[in-house]
Amino acid sequence: MWDYSEKVKDHFFRPRNVGEIENPDAVGEVGSLACGDSLKLMLKLDKSGRIVDVKFKTFGCGSAIASASALTEMVNGKTLDEVAKITDNDIADYLDGLPEQKMHCSVMGREALEAAIASYRGIKIEKPVEEGTIVCKCFGVTDNKIVHEVREHKLTTIEQVTNYCKAGGGCRSCHPQIQAIIDEVWQKEKEKAIIESARKPVKKLTNIQKMKLIQETIERDIRPALQSDGGDIELIDIDGDRVMVSFRGSCVECPSSKVTLKSTVEAKLQEFVADTIIVEEVAS
Amino acid sequence: MKVVYTDNNATTMVAPEVIEAMLPYFTEHYGNPSSMHSFGGQVAKKIDSARQQVADILGADPSEIVFTSCGTESDNAAIWGILRANPHKRHIVTSRVEHPAVYNLGKYLAQSGYHVTELGVDSNGMLNLNELADAVREDTAIVSIMYANNETGVIFPIEEIGAIVKQKGSVLHTDAVQAVGKIPLDLSKSTIDLLTLSGHKLHAPKGVGALFVRKGITFSPFIIGGHQEKNRRGGTENVPSIIGLGKACELAKKFMSEETTRVKQLRDKLEDEILKKAPDPRVNGHRTQRLPNTTNLSFEFVEGEAILLLLNEKGICASSGSACTSGSLEPSHVLRAMGVPFTAVHGSVRLSLSRYNTMEDVDYIIEHLPPIIRRLREISPYGRETKVKEQTTRISARI
Repeated sequence: MWDYSEKVKDHFFRPRNVGEIENPDAVGEVGSLACGDSLKLMLKLDKSGRIVDVKFKTFGCGSAIASASALTEMVNGKTLDEVAKITDNDIADYLDGLPEQKMHCSVMGREALEAAIASYRGIKIEKPVEEGTIVCKCFGVTDNKIVHEVREHKLTTIEQVTNYCKAGGGCRSCHPQIQAIIDEVWQKEKEKAIIESARKPVKKLTNIQKMKLIQETIERDIRPALQSDGGDIELIDIDGDRVMVSFRGSCVECPSSKVTLKSTVEAKLQEFVADTIIVEEVAS
Repeated sequence: MKVVYTDNNATTMVAPEVIEAMLPYFTEHYGNPSSMHSFGGQVAKKIDSARQQVADILGADPSEIVFTSCGTESDNAAIWGILRANPHKRHIVTSRVEHPAVYNLGKYLAQSGYHVTELGVDSNGMLNLNELADAVREDTAIVSIMYANNETGVIFPIEEIGAIVKQKGSVLHTDAVQAVGKIPLDLSKSTIDLLTLSGHKLHAPKGVGALFVRKGITFSPFIIGGHQEKNRRGGTENVPSIIGLGKACELAKKFMSEETTRVKQLRDKLEDEILKKAPDPRVNGHRTQRLPNTTNLSFEFVEGEAILLLLNEKGICASSGSACTSGSLEPSHVLRAMGVPFTAVHGSVRLSLSRYNTMEDVDYIIEHLPPIIRRLREISPYGRETKVKEQTTRISARI
């Protein structure tokens, strides 16, 4: 027995906006009978592109019907630009949460909405996540889609991937591939995180630490580059986030030194010390 | 809230007579049947009479009955017991519609270096016996084929199966958890070597089962420990439950004719009326080679979990083989093995009755189930008029 929230039960037992619209402006259809659930979403828009009527039909379980019903309430009266921002989690949150194993129901809602928007805008399903190589043959899920769900929902197990996009829920023969995708995504994220943490100290710096870090960054990442062009830079003073420098050598005469100040010196200091750093050139 | 319980293939109500028989063994008679003193010894005597009661419903000898903790343990004990006693034989034969206790054990054995042949079924859920004859080899340690299917109620011709197995010199185990208590069995003139039964499917409590092991069958114990059950199953006996199981078997024997007449009439009326009143129904499984209490119906273009939730709101307890209720994303392995069309495979409902059901229960379901299906059909984007050009290949490729 699933532990459904009161809101899921309400939307299942009394689904809103069931039916079809004659001459709809936008239609989004996802899923299939074979897969066990599907959703057909129909929208009617006014001249300003605002949704004035919405209807759905769903083949699926309790939470699939509830997710579709909730989605129609969420989009009604909004513009396409506004509803384009709705995520799977928004739908689940609107229903006070869905059981983990049922998250794919909210994903189906978001995908039907995406498809409807694309149909209205005449885009021939521009969905980069759907491209790629099929990993799960049972449910026709691609590697790109799995990568997308893993990143978006921070998934770490095959079971979670199955909950969100059904991949791996059938014959299970693709489980090693799914695990490899999860490992690859998080290996990359880990590497990125290591680089990030090397760049920026997480903790708030004391004044002494900040001054030291500014000096180090100038010595390590800024001066060598300027010196290779025959120029140089000198740190004059630091006042809070204001860093005062003075150019030396060829930089003094260089017409692009103003650009260098912002694009190189300030950018490097923001990257390695703090986002709030402002660099100013002062007369020595 | 009114409760109409029609999920008796999942579990049953414990019969009041069974509870009454059990109670003294929680209170005054708490002795250990293995003890030397008469305080424990009188409990051992009561276990003997429970063993006799279980043997009686099967037409077996009491010495052939081993008490276990459940049907799954009995299945494991039977298959492992034969495999361990015959280490040179590395092949087993089973079917694609077995209960998970055997089905998943088969998968496990296949991964552990055994050769496993899974026999398929036709659209009625029936085996092809020629296929079975071809499958049994010289190194086949055991053939494990269920007596009656838990989802569809389909009954296999187990004696014909046994004759083939005997002719080929192998051993036959049958999971008869759904059959015992619903249809008459007589193991005194049978080709069955090992048989599994479970207490909670026949109005005894959960947590007790039994395994019939025919005299002369070489069998290694599955649970190794004390000398209980004549060294065939270690562990102190679950005394109250064993006594409950004995009583439940005695009652089942007494009510057997009712199961095959009154309960069957209730099932037939329920099935016939639902088939008439609900849109696009079908029966899954053979219509006559079937348990008298079970009907497995599919309703096209709707999904089983949604049906169950709406039935639940009316207090009606049932099961479904739909993906969303199975805990996986695939619908029931039994319905898929039968090749139930993909338009119907997600919309199955199993109603399983017992002697405690009444005509009033049946009328209540007949009143409420068809409107539920119609309501879900209004929400469903599919229907008869829909040109169904779905990926049929995808479904068949998956089985």
